[in-house]
Amino acid sequence: MTTDGKLTLHVPEPAVRPGGTPDFSNVKIPKAGAVPRPEIDVEPETIRDLAFSIIRVLNRNGEAVGPWAGLLSDEELVAGMRHMMTLRTFDARMLIAQRQGKTSFYMQHLGEEAVSCAFRMALQPGDMNFPTYRQAGLLIAGGYSMVDMMCQIYSNSRDPLKGRQLPVMYSSQEHGFFTISGNLATQYVQAVGWAMASAISNDTKIAAAWIGDGSTAESDFHAALVFASTYKAPVILNIVNNQWAISTFQGIARGGAGTFAARGLGFGIPSLRVDGNDYLAVYAVAKWAAERARRNLGPTLIEYVTYRVGAHSTSDDPSAYRPKTESDAWPLGDPIIRLKNHLILRGAWSEERHKQAEAEILDTVIAAQKEAESYGTLHAGAKPSAREMFEGVYAEMPPHLRRQRQQAGV
Amino acid sequence: MARMTMIEAIRDAMDVMMARDEKVVVFGEDVGYFGGVFRCTAGLQQKYGRTRCFDAPISEAGIVGTAIGMATYGLRPCIEIQFADYMYPAYDQIVSEAARLRYRSNGEFTCPMVVRMPTGGGIFGGQTHSQSPEALFTHVSGLKTVVPSNPYDAKGLLIAAIEDPDPVIFLEPKRLYNGPFDGHHDRPVTPWSKSDLSEVPDGHFSLPLGKASIVREGTAVTVLTYGTMVYVAQAAAAETGVDAEIIDLRTLLPLDMETIAASVRKTGRCVVVHEATLTSGFGAELSALVQESCFFHLEAPVVRVTGWDTPYPHAQEWDYFPGPARVGRALVETMEA
Repeated sequence: MTTDGKLTLHVPEPAVRPGGTPDFSNVKIPKAGAVPRPEIDVEPETIRDLAFSIIRVLNRNGEAVGPWAGLLSDEELVAGMRHMMTLRTFDARMLIAQRQGKTSFYMQHLGEEAVSCAFRMALQPGDMNFPTYRQAGLLIAGGYSMVDMMCQIYSNSRDPLKGRQLPVMYSSQEHGFFTISGNLATQYVQAVGWAMASAISNDTKIAAAWIGDGSTAESDFHAALVFASTYKAPVILNIVNNQWAISTFQGIARGGAGTFAARGLGFGIPSLRVDGNDYLAVYAVAKWAAERARRNLGPTLIEYVTYRVGAHSTSDDPSAYRPKTESDAWPLGDPIIRLKNHLILRGAWSEERHKQAEAEILDTVIAAQKEAESYGTLHAGAKPSAREMFEGVYAEMPPHLRRQRQQAGV
Repeated sequence: MARMTMIEAIRDAMDVMMARDEKVVVFGEDVGYFGGVFRCTAGLQQKYGRTRCFDAPISEAGIVGTAIGMATYGLRPCIEIQFADYMYPAYDQIVSEAARLRYRSNGEFTCPMVVRMPTGGGIFGGQTHSQSPEALFTHVSGLKTVVPSNPYDAKGLLIAAIEDPDPVIFLEPKRLYNGPFDGHHDRPVTPWSKSDLSEVPDGHFSLPLGKASIVREGTAVTVLTYGTMVYVAQAAAAETGVDAEIIDLRTLLPLDMETIAASVRKTGRCVVVHEATLTSGFGAELSALVQESCFFHLEAPVVRVTGWDTPYPHAQEWDYFPGPARVGRALVETMEA
């Protein structure tokens, strides 16, 4: 407030910048198990406080506690563990491949593996995700071929997208994975439309929309919420809050809302916040929202509270805008270590099995990489033909494109 | 004079204007603390404070919409859209609002605003980091559209754009940020420090909007081009030996028709070169204008060399990009026509 009547502009800043000591004291973390689990058909206005808390299952000792626990078997959790480890290994190998010049660009998931891996297990065949570029766990956990993913990344002769798309912008209708756009937030409202179509058609499928904290500022996000709310579309509206939108901290997109989940409240959409680094919590909340959608009760908005440990992409250097050790200070820990501790406590895992799994997974990823590289990499070996560039613009190639293709001599 | 890259020249233009005029404000995605993903605004927040250079939410409609509001208040916003490919959510604000405020309010409300955007390909950016949407702006009454091709022009034109009383779309060919690029992607990158065009005057200096520059004098054929293709055209002329007169348009609207017509009347031939897609591209406008004003001087049809009419591909970037071989072929064919 000013006393002289003169206005000033408020421009939010993160608590700490490079050179400072990381500080997450502003992130209020409730105890695991503390947040109640409402009935599926709860009236949204009675659970508004869930938009301001954090649903957590795994406590500091690795125990699964509270009303959201107890949904997954040992086998399912071990599978989840392997999915997350595979995604992390896949990322590590592809980052190196990018540095080696085998592709132009890569985006990793480090620290965020639980979100997409656990969410995928709450869906059924036929459901459709409208993902961003940081949900490859949906594909890994859904059993999509790693070789195909790598061929896309390498833009090689077996690239399912024929070299047309930027690396990691996968597409697989069969695996419920809508073609990724490099333009932000466009998919969010499309997911709502897809879900509306399922309802119009009296189908049983549901949709999942994905967006990052930063992109919730786009108009398409707000349009998605109003359509989802008005038509009670069977859609799960996911917001992955990993704290950073390239160099921009989450406060710039969030403004005075308190939380991103709270964005849903004005639309009357049940809005939950969940510990995004807790595989069990992510699964439990996703399952709750999926069931709501499937029972025709309408949309649910979920904010996953997590942290982007790595750079935004291979074109980014986070040390320029946040303390280097900030990820170590992140209070919700590492999703793989947390699930590992839990599995060991359950007697379903051990340090030895973990090491063994790491080695096996590395072998599998390397084998996939070798195969993918045998079909070429961006600048070496076999590549998609220039002819492919002219295909698929229209269902049938119009005469002017045919002419241009001839001119190009391909 | 100081040697600058195009990034430094653009930053220097904003720096000079922010120092001279406290009404100049700069904002956009990652523009504040970090200084922009291409570093064009690095240091400006530190120098001028958070209320004159700041990070915006990821909302291009919001960035342009608020900039229009600021301009109508009396500020001079110079905003950044991170990639021209991200401009579309802001298109309504640009087309229906920024471009028409003066007209519809009979001059009561005006919009002295600059929208900077990196444009064009050549960096393996795929379809969402490579587009050249200039024709989407030149088609709109009320906008000016500028495309600099070197550090000297970038500074002079950006200062002129910030001082202009109307909205200016300022498209920065991203492949030129760190050095000229002639389309020979397999050769070592040339830094700006090796080019005379990196000699940029200190302090305030501006170049008029609407004045083209003849970058190579010639007698055989006129090449109309802008942005990255200025260097591709020069390489094509050198490699084919065709004595082309190469005109860097620098601003597409207003357009320097005088320079264009004088050259085509002299050479009798014209090749138009741009990265953007062919159909309804700015080349169509140039071709029509040349035909209208120089028909009786033409000895051959006006030819266009452009990107193909497909989305910008990733792996096939160099099949898509109209490189020196394609431009050279067009020069030779035009001479034989």
